[in-house]
Order: sequence, then C-alpha cells, then structure tokens
Amino acid sequence: MRITCPHCGERDRREFYYRGAAVDLERPAPDAGEEAWDNFVYLRDNPAGVTRDLWYHEGGCGAWIVVTRDTVTHEVLKTELASEAKS
Amino acid sequence: MDKLIAKTACAGLLPLTVGSVSVSEEDVGAITSVSPLKGQKKALSDALKAAHGMAYPAANRATGKSGARAVWLGHSHAMLIGPEPDASLEKHAAVVDQSDAWAVVRLEGDRAEQVLARLVPVDLRSGHFKRGHTVRSLLFHMTASITRVGENAFQIMVFRSMAETLVHDLKRAMEGVATRG
Ligand SMILES: [Zn+2]
Repeated sequence: MRITCPHCGERDRREFYYRGAAVDLERPAPDAGEEAWDNFVYLRDNPAGVTRDLWYHEGGCGAWIVVTRDTVTHEVLKTELASEAKS
Repeated sequence: MDKLIAKTACAGLLPLTVGSVSVSEEDVGAITSVSPLKGQKKALSDALKAAHGMAYPAANRATGKSGARAVWLGHSHAMLIGPEPDASLEKHAAVVDQSDAWAVVRLEGDRAEQVLARLVPVDLRSGHFKRGHTVRSLLFHMTASITRVGENAFQIMVFRSMAETLVHDLKRAMEGVATRG
C-alpha cells in the first residue's frame, strides 16, 4: 500500500501512522449536547466503500493527512493536508 | 566547577570506511529549527535571504551551500544549519536552537546510493534525487533527514540519541554493498 503525501509525494505505508476515521475535523461545539458528543466519541461508520481516515506522516514530514480510500478495492482516491481539508 | 569537555554525537564511532564508501561526522555549526508563523513564509524567506543568503526552502529541497544551509524538514518546518540565527528571523518564525539535539554525518562514495537503497524506502538515485534535494523518510527504523550535498555525497541527520544506531545500520549496509563486490 502506498500513500501520496501532499508534501513528500508517494511513499510506502510503513512511513505512516493510522489514526482512524477523520471525525476529528468535525469536533462538536462544547455545548452541542450529549447525543452529538456520544456520536463523536463512540460511534463510527464501518463502510464497505469510500471512507475518510486521518493518517500521520510520522516517518516523513510530520503532516496530518486526510486519506479518502475505498475499503473494498483498497484504492486511495484522494489525499490532502488536514490543515487545509474541509470537513 | 570542573572543566567540562563537549563530546560530539558520534564521538568514538566515526569515521568509518567500508569498501568504497565512507561515513564521517559533520561539524556543521549551529542547528536552528525555523517554523514560519502563519502567513509569514514569504517574509521569513526574505529575512533569511537578507541575513544568511538563502531562501526558505520549498518542500523536499535545501537552499544555501555548505556552511550555511536551510534544509526543509517537514510541515511548516526547516532547519537553518551553520550560522547563528539572525535576530530578524524571530519576527516571522518560531526559532529554536537544536544544535546539540542532532547527529549529522556525511555518507560519501561512488556506491553511497546503493548503501542508502538498503535502508531508505525512497528512490535516492541521482537521476531522481539531485544535489539540493532532501527527504524526510525512514533510515531502517529511524526517522531521518537525508540531503544530497554532492555528486556522491549525502548529509544524514537523526536525533542525537540514535547516533550509535545510525552508525550501526550504515555500517551493516556498507558491509552488505562491499560484499556484493
Ligand atoms: Zn510527508
């Protein structure tokens, strides 16, 4: 598996640390209520298809990257810097 | 107080030559982490040019020359290597002295590329990776900064605490390349 870092280019998967679903970009407001926070902290989709993850280019430039990929085909569809990604 | 004697990161470990490749410790002077403040990259680059003669490096690039280099080190991060940082930089960047935090070595020889090919999961051959190019990647299990500084020469930086591991891994790869004849 290879991931294209927006800074470094295409790199081996071993350079990256996997964080999980890219929900950190959609953190609820402090007063959003129990349901929104319960959903944010505990509930995750498990799609057969397109999903968005956060990966950290740990063995590289240190950027957080939003990776859009397909869990069925293993295709990486898009990568972007988390600092520039819109949720 | 007793007089303290400064030891370099690779004291007692280098220099080392195996076959046609050698590795030696570089005394590069000051090493300063420079991170541009938000929206200040251009102004920082101008300040770097005025004070030290090199622009802020683009991703995967190094600017300047031996003795006064700026090496891209990652997301919003470069390292000024050589001169003491001019005070004017602090207006545009977070500036942190890291001189004693890194081990810096020079890997040189006509088969240096082959040594790195055993350790680094990035193509560093000269057709692709030219003088002034740099990468952040892994050197075996360590994070490293690798810059081509000559036709057959690379500058390698790792955290100082990894100096002995760096020399061990380089030596093993150098022996492997030499054994292949
Ligand atoms: Zn990267």
